[in-house]
Amino acid sequence: MTAFLLKRSTQSLLVLFIMSLLVFSGVNLVGDPVEMLINPEADQEDVERVIRELGLDRPITEQYWFFLVNAFKGDLGTSFVFGEPALKLIIQRMPATLELAFFSLFISIIFALPLGIYAGLKPESKISKLIMAGSILGFSMPTFWVGIIFIMIFAVHLGWLPSTGRGEIGTFMGIHSSLFTLDGLSHIFLPALNLALFKLSSIVRLTRAGTREIIHQDYIKFARAKGLSENRVINTHLLKNILIPIVTVVGLEFGSLIAFSTVTETIFAWPGMGKLIIDSIYNLDRPVIVAYLMIIVFFFVFLNLIVDILYTILDPRVRIQGSK
Amino acid sequence: MSNEKTGLSKFWSEFTENKIALISLLIFLFIVFVAIFAPIISPTDPYDLSKVSIMDSRLPPLSENFAGQTFLLGSDGAGRDMLSAIFYGLRVSLGVGVMSGIFALIIGTFFGISAAFFGGKYETFIMRVVDIQLSFPSILMALIILAAFGKGVEKTIIALVLVQWAYYARTARATALVERSKEYVEAAHCLALGNKKIMFKHILPNCMPPLIVVGTLQTAHAISLEATLSFLGLGLPITEPSLGLLIGNGFEYMHTGDFWISIFPGVALLITIVSINLVGDHLRDMFNPRLKR
Repeated sequence: MTAFLLKRSTQSLLVLFIMSLLVFSGVNLVGDPVEMLINPEADQEDVERVIRELGLDRPITEQYWFFLVNAFKGDLGTSFVFGEPALKLIIQRMPATLELAFFSLFISIIFALPLGIYAGLKPESKISKLIMAGSILGFSMPTFWVGIIFIMIFAVHLGWLPSTGRGEIGTFMGIHSSLFTLDGLSHIFLPALNLALFKLSSIVRLTRAGTREIIHQDYIKFARAKGLSENRVINTHLLKNILIPIVTVVGLEFGSLIAFSTVTETIFAWPGMGKLIIDSIYNLDRPVIVAYLMIIVFFFVFLNLIVDILYTILDPRVRIQGSK
Repeated sequence: MSNEKTGLSKFWSEFTENKIALISLLIFLFIVFVAIFAPIISPTDPYDLSKVSIMDSRLPPLSENFAGQTFLLGSDGAGRDMLSAIFYGLRVSLGVGVMSGIFALIIGTFFGISAAFFGGKYETFIMRVVDIQLSFPSILMALIILAAFGKGVEKTIIALVLVQWAYYARTARATALVERSKEYVEAAHCLALGNKKIMFKHILPNCMPPLIVVGTLQTAHAISLEATLSFLGLGLPITEPSLGLLIGNGFEYMHTGDFWISIFPGVALLITIVSINLVGDHLRDMFNPRLKR
């Protein structure tokens, strides 16, 4: 077990290192930030002063070394545009992204479970076929285009819901969130639904497959033979058993919600990390790009490490293989 | 009756049993036709600046332009006919999607089959890289590459190939592992054929069915991903207006109610992706031995 942990952690560190190298060297080859950031009317002296201030005149290997050393100290550079530490900017925007991701996860589970169970219980019915066809469509429709359609229908045409920003932010038990005010809720609904759609389709399919498998198990037959009501069979015996694989997948894919929120945040002008990275790419704000990518890579490497360790604890077979 | 049929015609008759898949295939072939012959069949050349007039900008669908031509799907902010722009956009989107799919197929299959064939440390290393890569969502991988290296046609294709190759490698290895232990491979070894020949002349053809399935579904995914990246302004440059870029251009006018500039390219994109997905879905069912009657 210790050997496995050590091996896995070393590997995670290696991935982080390679990614940092890739990200840093890549970002530093793009465009010319000097041109982007300095007033074109500035004289040569000013230009040189700014270059020196930002450290752009040093050799690239030296810049990378400084970046690594500083990254360990938690300093990922200062934004060219905002003049604030990149890490601080990202952390400021993180709650908005997490709030959006959690709320869409909530929406997708709330809708997907009943739809999937229904489609699994009555696979031949018209409604089930409609649900499955809908899930294929949900899989195929690009998130950004669905977002545009939502804005067109619900914001522009019907005028029911706002399409930009986060709305009023409420505070409950020390947590600031849009979820605590009506205005905030109306703002989060469209982007969250947009982000949820893809996940919703995949959870519907998972739930349906699970339901169809479990419904033929002996304990379900037994529960029915005992004379339990159909509701009770579904709510206790069926639901508990299909939840196990679903929770695993949902936990694993939470990361992809964060990644996809870049798209949704851009469309709905949601002030999260995703919008920040897209804006930073436009502005060639290198420290913010590098910091965002490093944080998100770190987040994923960490998430995968945790999942791997949990699997080893839960499943002895993995443990034996890993320690070999 | 069926024993008279050759492999291909048997395959075809089995494929056409599913009407939805057949219709999807026909739609997809039509889209390919449109993409290839876009310069010939488009009503106007949307990128010929001498013919495009700003006077015609943002015309609603079915309206006539200054020169008396009818714009079936309206025009965009620069006065281009949307229908023609979509035809040209399909060309770019399909081209980039299919090209990246082919490169990823070649690279992924090479590593997958060689990993299964040689085994040992080499296999462990390749599969470890595949695992690590698949643990990142594809949009994130593409975002990292494009944010780091900037936008452009080649860079978008490189990003799409890097995102996809791991799927092909995993599939190719899994199939090749099964094939490797079969008798015909043993026979080939007995004939003292070279490794290269055994891998690519003997094992590869037998790995093709699952790779084709992955290929169709991944190509649809690549087209969708490219559209997303181009919409965000990270993928293709303005000189290569793919469907994603067209949708992005129309997004500006969304709030004023000029829906057609964004919606129609999106519909074209959706039809393309759905038709490829449905064909791929059916192929997967056909190749799945568990579903064989």
